[in-house]
Amino acid sequence: MSTNESKDTNNNRRQFLGAAVATAAVTLAPGVKVIGLAQAKPLDQPVSDKNRWGLLIDSNKCSSGCSSCVDACATENGIEKIHGPETDPQWIRKVTVRHKESGKESSLPLMCQHCENPPCVDVCPTGASFRREDGIVLVDRHTCIGCRYCMMACPYKARSFVHEELTNQVEYVPRGKGCVESCTLCVQRIDEVNGPRDPACVEACAGENHNAIIFGDLNDKYSDISQEMRSYQTRQLRADLDLNTGVRYRGV
Amino acid sequence: MSKVNYTSLEANSKGFYGLMGILIAVILAGLGAAYYMEHNGHWVTGMNNQIVWGTPHVFAIFLIVAASGALNVASIGTVFGKAIYKPLGRMSSLLAISLLIGGLMVLVLDLGRPDRLIEAMTLYNFKSIFAWNIILYNGFIAITVVYIWFMMEKKMNKYYKAAGFVAFIWRLILTTGTGSIFGFLVARSAYDAAIMAPLFIALSFSLGMACFILFLMATYKWSDKELGDAVINRLKNVLGIFVAAVFYFVLAYHLTNLYATQHHGFERFILAGPSGHTPLFWVGQMLIGTAAPLLIFYTKLGQSRTWIAIGAALVIIGGFAQLVTIIIGGQAYPMPIFPDMDVISSSFGDAAAYFTYTPSLPEIVLGFGGVAIAIIIFVFGCAVLRFLPTSLADNVADPHHKAESRA
Repeated sequence: MSTNESKDTNNNRRQFLGAAVATAAVTLAPGVKVIGLAQAKPLDQPVSDKNRWGLLIDSNKCSSGCSSCVDACATENGIEKIHGPETDPQWIRKVTVRHKESGKESSLPLMCQHCENPPCVDVCPTGASFRREDGIVLVDRHTCIGCRYCMMACPYKARSFVHEELTNQVEYVPRGKGCVESCTLCVQRIDEVNGPRDPACVEACAGENHNAIIFGDLNDKYSDISQEMRSYQTRQLRADLDLNTGVRYRGV
Repeated sequence: MSKVNYTSLEANSKGFYGLMGILIAVILAGLGAAYYMEHNGHWVTGMNNQIVWGTPHVFAIFLIVAASGALNVASIGTVFGKAIYKPLGRMSSLLAISLLIGGLMVLVLDLGRPDRLIEAMTLYNFKSIFAWNIILYNGFIAITVVYIWFMMEKKMNKYYKAAGFVAFIWRLILTTGTGSIFGFLVARSAYDAAIMAPLFIALSFSLGMACFILFLMATYKWSDKELGDAVINRLKNVLGIFVAAVFYFVLAYHLTNLYATQHHGFERFILAGPSGHTPLFWVGQMLIGTAAPLLIFYTKLGQSRTWIAIGAALVIIGGFAQLVTIIIGGQAYPMPIFPDMDVISSSFGDAAAYFTYTPSLPEIVLGFGGVAIAIIIFVFGCAVLRFLPTSLADNVADPHHKAESRA
């Protein structure tokens, strides 16, 4: 058998297998699987603005005594309690608010709002604070000089400064003393080969059967998050600043 | 007015070495404090996730603002052609560079990663006013060095007016940049105001002039040179105008805030709140930093050298109080994340009526380290090059002196 014949045989086999997998996927799991395949992105390709990842938080479903999302975030990203709440990093926090007139109380998690026009990115002198094409706002820990100007600029107080040496870090979440950090929307889960997978907070909230946080692609009109946002009135925090946040709230 | 001769500071006295010894000790303490903060991390300071900029930033911004203002004396002489200021141009420029380097040292050593200075100098996000400031600060030093060179070198003398003009424009842009650090912050009630830029320019005029008066008096007293009333009175009167200008901008800022309902909470916090920022504003900024110096400068007290020095020192104390109010007070008042709601509980302190901050010793020591750096550069500069007019007696410095004596 010549080399050319061998290549042809391999190509035929690949085409057959590809067609078989595609047929099986379409037949067995219509809808779900097709969307999954469309979102999966090979690791060697850059992220693109085809997606805009975001969260929808329904405070009506959020339980005031529950902090599963906060705990799950800490476990996922290796955030430990060290010297107390004033200096420890908090990527996500639970807040209870009461409406000044009606007295209605709402419980909600608050984290980086992944703005389309993030003030933290605007003010960062070195460009360490940046927004990915897919809407996730991150800090490059290699170029952050720890000036904290982004913390001055963030309207949600979503950023923390690492005030001490860190130990027991998670290998896929690089962090370090003297740098600023905030919610990454569990970017390591979004960038998985078979991803995107729900961020840890979303998974934990669902695990408690609260389902108060929906994760998804705001650019995909068929995603759960987009459909919810079309069905119900939602709001951005500090909408007056016109930042077009990737995190939206219901019932607040 | 006769020709002005320049001389250097005599650097062989016991007093000189004593002063250098003290300054070096303070600088070493400042460096030690910075090492302690960097080694342990910032949790050993009074700063935290609420008050992210603290005492080092107050010192750094004070020195940077005063630096650009210190150059004003040279600018008034060169750009506006006022003869009495011309002999002071060299000193004024040296003081400007000295204060700026002191301020930058404090700012850099307080970074979370001061070892990444190379990143700050090579990676620029041009939408960030901070990035622009890095260029403006370095450019200021370079331009002022050239300005001094053109003033000192006879061959280059013909260009010094042009250099002085560039330096003057540059310093106005620089202070606009420093004020805009706060002016461009959309999130917080205290900031997000265009008036921050001119307010900081006015503040630089007053703090820079106050520093210059004190440095001038000290240098001439300790080196036993003559310093006439004409120079001092002129500087004192101008300082009074600058203090009044700062007051005007502060007044406009607070009146605008008081008009807008959304800022009432913040105004109440600063003007009549339960925290230390209220006495700091009324006693520190208004009484000590504004009313008292104006009273001194424009009454009979203003004829006394000692009282002029006290007045300039009060302007500096008031300026410090003002920067604490702007930098720390602005952060101490919570951000309006939920404008129509009260925050009942939060694990991140959102429910607090205001945030408190107590400066730690290392922060203060680092701040004074920056002040000592500024002084030592100035003193060293005066010792090695001819920055000081041999005499600033009235018959030398005052252009009207001879005319008056003839009449």
